[in-house]
Amino acid sequence: MSTPRSLLDKIWDQHVVCAPDGEQPLIYIDLHLVHEVTSPQAFEGLRLAGRKVRRPERTFATPDHNVPTTDRRLPIADPISRQQIDTLRNNCREFGVRLFDLDDADQGIVHVIGPEMGLTQPGMTIVCGDSHTATHGALGALAFGIGTSEVEHVLATQTLRQSKPKSLELRVDGELAPGITAKDLVLYLIGKISTEGGTGSVIEYTGPVIRRLSMEQRMTVCNMSIEAGARAGMIAPDATTFDYLRGRDFAPKDFDAAVARWKQLASDPGCHYDRVEIFNGGDVVPQVTWGTNPAQVVGVDTTVPDPASLETAADRDSATRALDYMGLAAGTKIVDIPLDRVFIGSCTNSRIEDLREAARVVRGHRVSSNVNAMVVPGSGRVKRQAEAEGLDRIFVEAGFEWREAGCSMCLGMNPDTLSVGERCASTSNRNFEGRQGKGGRTHLVSPSMAAAAAITGHFTDIRGWNYQD
Amino acid sequence: MEPFTIHTGVVAALDRANVDTDQIIPKQFLKRIERTGFGEFLFFDWRFLPDGSPDPAFELNAPELAGASILLARRNFGCGSSREHAPWALGDYGFRVVIAPTFADIFYSNCFQNGILPIRLDEADVDELFRRSQAGPYRLTVDLTTQTIRDDAGFSRPFEIDAFRRRSLLEGLDAIGLTLQHEAAIDEWERSHGVAQA
Repeated sequence: MSTPRSLLDKIWDQHVVCAPDGEQPLIYIDLHLVHEVTSPQAFEGLRLAGRKVRRPERTFATPDHNVPTTDRRLPIADPISRQQIDTLRNNCREFGVRLFDLDDADQGIVHVIGPEMGLTQPGMTIVCGDSHTATHGALGALAFGIGTSEVEHVLATQTLRQSKPKSLELRVDGELAPGITAKDLVLYLIGKISTEGGTGSVIEYTGPVIRRLSMEQRMTVCNMSIEAGARAGMIAPDATTFDYLRGRDFAPKDFDAAVARWKQLASDPGCHYDRVEIFNGGDVVPQVTWGTNPAQVVGVDTTVPDPASLETAADRDSATRALDYMGLAAGTKIVDIPLDRVFIGSCTNSRIEDLREAARVVRGHRVSSNVNAMVVPGSGRVKRQAEAEGLDRIFVEAGFEWREAGCSMCLGMNPDTLSVGERCASTSNRNFEGRQGKGGRTHLVSPSMAAAAAITGHFTDIRGWNYQD
Repeated sequence: MEPFTIHTGVVAALDRANVDTDQIIPKQFLKRIERTGFGEFLFFDWRFLPDGSPDPAFELNAPELAGASILLARRNFGCGSSREHAPWALGDYGFRVVIAPTFADIFYSNCFQNGILPIRLDEADVDELFRRSQAGPYRLTVDLTTQTIRDDAGFSRPFEIDAFRRRSLLEGLDAIGLTLQHEAAIDEWERSHGVAQA
């Protein structure tokens, strides 16, 4: 009987190319995703050294960070953004990399299009010059963000230098209450284990609550693993995963044989994790961040915390600084916080289920006259699907803007940004100072909570929502 | 890459935890397609007032810290985005060393690719360095050959670092060149895992 192994152990063992004495191991990379912001210097490095892309057929690119979400037929107004996207286009042509360009029907946020085209598969190692690469772990892959030098390394060698990360099991028992989403769950978990609780580790999410999540909900959870400091997040593949992948463009031709292989990946009973934390899904209420890191989060039914009540001096200092930046007073009820903007989108929450969830809240209501609200689908496919279902009309009739696919106001590299002092309910992943625009104030929430806030003009507990369906 | 052996420099103390890469280099500066020239944008939103003048309240703007090359900070430094623009900006500004109790993983790894040494020290030692750096320009010597950090007034601590990363910095190794020495092993892995040969 061999030693029980975790999902991480199995993928890791299979991908170690060599572990020479005195060096970090080299692991093989099955899939490399590329976007315009973190790749130009990597391609330039290859060019200067006279190197090629070792496996262009395992490398896929799309522009997402800089792209305008308004009319795509017009040239990009910002010349520097345009240059970065042109550079990606030229690099892909020169090095033979498949590009889903701005005018491609499949363009979208790299972490949305990978799974939806079936590029992302269980058991793979996947990297991208982007910290939210953890998203792909939802399908049982080992997927993590890397820097540009490592992008160049993977382009040139199809391998990466990595010491094996530690393993952290986050088990969620029980069940989520009605109205509670995957976003609430992951914000809750980050609030519990902190922004560095996962540092040096790969999180495996387990337990009945995780098993019951849909594929897209699992992506939301894994996506924010980096916000807990983790290298990656992953969920063992199961029938939900296989059903999701079946029939997708890049899914294996002999699908049943692949499923038989993938079924072997689940962590063995009794396998070792370096650390285990257990939570109860029933404890999770709708979450709202109040500060400037994602662990500064509370339930919608409570108040902005008093920094003086926090345990450590560093936490008190961070909280004081955060409240000052956010323009909030301790003790304010979360539901009394008024909003100027609402953003539904990002690699965390821009998939079809997210848009359905938001549209169900919006149906039959009007966006508050004080709020400017926008929906940015994660990909061209998500946009078309939403339009086929009439979701775009629900949003537009309620007063939302309905945009083209891209990262948009998650980080505001395109023209979609907050102005100084504007307060936004956002379904994205980071509430850092200035993230959505200098001086902008971001509160992270689920799509349904963002939609409800757009209607009422302030945070509203989705559990009491007046659905018009 | 410029090798790193021994470095002596002035310490800039940034008494904040969770300094994220969006603060180190805000997104509006990520559109450049070069690796250089990011130093003037380091900590941009903290460093400059809306009119573009330096904010006198920001730690790094203190006149005596001009030319500082060792950055001292609190926990979880470099969290957030994977942008290598963060160490590019720190390096271009003149930092060769960052000291903090903990670092975010991707940032930590990115530093080594750029000749910057991130050093993890115990929280108590970091506290001590913050205290010592309050009294005006404070200099530290960081010796990677002996893995020690010391000042002229009796502070001396060893620090931990992965042996391979240490060697890579000491020798300024070309990471890709080193990996390509193992090309036969990569070929063999691909053969045995059914990756089509070009």
